Amino acid sequence: MSAVAARTATVRPRRRRGVGLGLLAWLVGLLFFLPIAWMALTSFHSEADAATNPPSFGAALTLDSYRDFFGAGGGASPWPALINSTMASVVSTLCVLLLALPAAYALSIRRVEKWTDVLFFFLSTKMLPVVAGLLPVYLFAKNAGMLDNIWLLVILYTSMNLPIAVWMMQSFLAEVPVAVIEAARVDGARLPTVLTRVVAPIALPGIAATALICFIFSWNELLFARVLTGVVAETAPVFLTGFITSQGLFLAKVCAASLVISLPVLAAGFAAQDKLVQGLSLGAVK
Amino acid sequence: MTITTSARVAAATARPATRPPNRMRAWATRAPLLPALVFMIVVTQLPFVATLVISFFDWNALYPKDRHFTGVDNYRQVLTDPDLRHSVWTTVLLTATVVLVSLVVGLGIALLLNRKFRGRGVVRTMLIAPFLVVPVAAALLWKHVLYNPEYGLFNGLLHYVGGPQPDWISNTPLLAVEASLIWQWTPFMMLILLAGLQSRDHEQLEAARVDGASDWQIFRHLTLPHLRRYLELGALLGSIYIVQNFDAVFTLTSGGLGTANLPYTVYQSFYQAHENGLASAAGVLVVIGSIIIATFALRVVSSLFREEVSRA
Repeated sequence: MSAVAARTATVRPRRRRGVGLGLLAWLVGLLFFLPIAWMALTSFHSEADAATNPPSFGAALTLDSYRDFFGAGGGASPWPALINSTMASVVSTLCVLLLALPAAYALSIRRVEKWTDVLFFFLSTKMLPVVAGLLPVYLFAKNAGMLDNIWLLVILYTSMNLPIAVWMMQSFLAEVPVAVIEAARVDGARLPTVLTRVVAPIALPGIAATALICFIFSWNELLFARVLTGVVAETAPVFLTGFITSQGLFLAKVCAASLVISLPVLAAGFAAQDKLVQGLSLGAVK
Repeated sequence: MTITTSARVAAATARPATRPPNRMRAWATRAPLLPALVFMIVVTQLPFVATLVISFFDWNALYPKDRHFTGVDNYRQVLTDPDLRHSVWTTVLLTATVVLVSLVVGLGIALLLNRKFRGRGVVRTMLIAPFLVVPVAAALLWKHVLYNPEYGLFNGLLHYVGGPQPDWISNTPLLAVEASLIWQWTPFMMLILLAGLQSRDHEQLEAARVDGASDWQIFRHLTLPHLRRYLELGALLGSIYIVQNFDAVFTLTSGGLGTANLPYTVYQSFYQAHENGLASAAGVLVVIGSIIIATFALRVVSSLFREEVSRA
């Protein structure tokens, strides 16, 4: 398209092309969503209807797989794994907040010297691959009798998420205008008042998003959980690995299990949608 | 591993230096930082030092009494073992393919989503969903529900057009792993690039349009240069996560059929073969690879960050 043509283009072709591109976006969106939609549909089919070729779109819906999954149909109950995952994710997220909030305060509001060096140190630990420390952690846990112990996972997940949390919260707290804090100080407000009345209201949505992202990462983690837990402290992803070799015999149940275990993450992710990208890019992109 | 020089420049420009504080006050300022810092050093740096030490020992966990120092033997073995060399190559191939494809597709989708159209929020939500499925669950979904040669969705749909019914994972194992990862990581790239697109200067765009620049010219000379750092950031962060990928390889192929990447190989050599020394040496090599990527990643993050600081 030449420059002149572009300038004189009438409104109509442009609008029609806009509609076309909108439809294309819808198509791509549906394409990416299709596997998840298909997984959801399959989970409501009976095993016989799930395992057909060509696929049965209109087969009768049933809750059998969910009933099976939650233990009524024999097999291991997923509840211990779900409870372990909840414990590890929630407690480690709380630990992260407890450690990251003061650190972020020192890195953004009352700045320590060389605060950027410290920030980049945190980031660099995130780039150390998990496998680099796995063996010593395993040997330590074995000698200390901490294998198959959920508290070990809590510690590891805290260290896994702390750098991200420090970065994110640093950027959220830095959004609190210094002038406002100083004004409150001049008015005689003491530190606790400043924190709860001035800083918290501005930073709270960001802190909540940080917590959700830490929760997601902990809930998803497999390698540590796989190596360091066994029967007692098994987490939901480890529970799912039990389905790896089931040769499609329990297709509907695999779908139900995957969906149930993904549900908390889907919910947390949709809730944190807007701040998600900032967290995932370690606060580098707003 | 700390990045110092570039960060220091940022620090100098950030805030006017305060009066020389007395020692007490300096520690009071530092105190809130210390728990997090000490925790990170203990939990992440100490194990790595231990890995480094173990990597110089010949140590099979089944024969603990045979443990002895062997110098760089483990490294020599890791680098000459054809299986391990193959897993290095697999790691490179897997990471590069997944990052590049998801970046390009993610860019296309980000451009589509940057326009206003009916139901944009719904489409965006649908597109983010693959990234939010638990990785093991996503891998199971691809393994059993999509790839299954008998009743997987792919062959089911091929059935309608009378196409062939391949056994996807056996025929093209690495490609099968890559496709599932591309599906999961494209949304991540899309989110970062969309954030980049939305931070563009609108006045500049309008000016270009008034001057009669075509859409392609705008894309080529305004959008792409602006997105460059976001593309770099997406590529480097994606690389860091995908180099470490374990879940997809473990679930889809269990490292078989030539899909074992380094993290899987390290896992296998100590968890199944009990070769602590070899596993540690391989782990150290993964770290060296990551440091090379991370150096670039940190540079990109720090340049974005510096801009942010100087703007504030």
